Amino acid sequence: MKVTLHIWRQSQPSTKSDFRRDGAMVRYELDGVSSDMSFLEMLDVLNEKLIKEGQEPVAFDHDCREGICGSCGVVINGRPHGPEGGTTACQLHMRSFKDGAEIWIEPWRASAFPVVRDLVVDRSAFDRIVQSGAFVSVNTGAPQDANAIPVPKADADRAFDAATCIGCGACVAACKNASAMLFVGAKVSHFAHLPQGRVERAERARNLVATMDAEGFGNCTNQYECEAACPKEIPVRVIAEMNREYLRAKVTEE
Amino acid sequence: MTWLSSFWRSSIGGKVTMAVTGVLLFGFVIAHLLGNLQLFQGPEAINHYAKWLADRGALLWVARIGLLAIFVLHVATGVRLSRANKAARPVAYQKPDTLQASFASRSMVLSGLSLLVFVVYHLLHFTFGVTNPDYYAKKAMGAEGHDVYAMVTSSFQVPAIALAYAAFQVVLFLHLSHGIQSFAQTLGFHHARYTKMIKTVSFLLALLIAGGNALLALSVLTGIVEVKP
Repeated sequence: MKVTLHIWRQSQPSTKSDFRRDGAMVRYELDGVSSDMSFLEMLDVLNEKLIKEGQEPVAFDHDCREGICGSCGVVINGRPHGPEGGTTACQLHMRSFKDGAEIWIEPWRASAFPVVRDLVVDRSAFDRIVQSGAFVSVNTGAPQDANAIPVPKADADRAFDAATCIGCGACVAACKNASAMLFVGAKVSHFAHLPQGRVERAERARNLVATMDAEGFGNCTNQYECEAACPKEIPVRVIAEMNREYLRAKVTEE
Repeated sequence: MTWLSSFWRSSIGGKVTMAVTGVLLFGFVIAHLLGNLQLFQGPEAINHYAKWLADRGALLWVARIGLLAIFVLHVATGVRLSRANKAARPVAYQKPDTLQASFASRSMVLSGLSLLVFVVYHLLHFTFGVTNPDYYAKKAMGAEGHDVYAMVTSSFQVPAIALAYAAFQVVLFLHLSHGIQSFAQTLGFHHARYTKMIKTVSFLLALLIAGGNALLALSVLTGIVEVKP
């Protein structure tokens, strides 16, 4: 199959004052694409062609290519990770596109995710959020007996719904306001349902929200684009849970 | 009180402010409609109600100032949050798409600002008597009490005014239909069963309120409610 690609090319990293730099959409025609190729393999083929022609290949993030690491992620025709629901870009296949399709490929767009090059964005804002409280403080030493603290199955399931987050940033990319509330909500919800996490719940909610705000993410307007874009299908319930946890934490703050 | 100021400045604090002020304004809109529906009971009923309201004295002013404060807070916080949202995406997508956001949710800023314009016009029209001064001139000349019935019907018999009011109700419907369900989510209420129900109730309440308001204007225009000069 043959596809026409429009890809965001940007050779200089974004700065606070100049986000766009030399960035622009560049058109590429690519022939001989197999419908069995993954989306990233199609980009690999394009890059080989570009290298042979003496051009700079398209930079994009990827690692495991099996949908679990959260490294990949581009906006394809306005949809983070492309047209298939519950799928990362690496697990997307070219059979999801028609022969002769025009495909627009852009990086995640958020001031908190500056573009490093082409389709690669700096997602370390997520790392800083996690470092500010998305963990359970434990003393080091021998691990505890696994079943010392019983967790009801329903609670474990709810916590696991949130724990499936791979931190890819599709929620931010999909949100009309570039809000990270599905990501932060997932972290809050993940721990709020578990007895181990409840010990630090108030501190966690306060710190995570404060870091999220400081990183310059937008505010949720309950449009739920994030939920539809999330490759792990994390529900917006976690945002309500974050709101609840944060309200509780602030009202009871000493 | 440092917790309050940091809560106030936070993203979720802003959202909670929108939700709480929004639901208070929503309560006002219901009371406003219920009061005005007495138009269908004739001049005596609604004029009696208007006199009762006016006789509340200091209490009425407390309500008015409170309502104004809530309104200003809702608008100011909305402006603050939407400016932050704009700043959070410095470069727009070249090929944007929408996955599941409703039209109402995407037009909240626009519908909100339109309602602000409408509220200003509505106050100039009925409260301050600036846009249609005829009725107020008559009242000043010493007519019998505050004849709300005559004021409303003489305005809404003008097609342009009645249709403008009805058109703004479409905007009000859009704003409320997303606003009411957002209130629950923002305050942390989300449940597998009830969230669907809240969405339906949100839609129906918005329809009922906007429909009721539009009905008032259109009933006068079509002559269902008799015009008193």
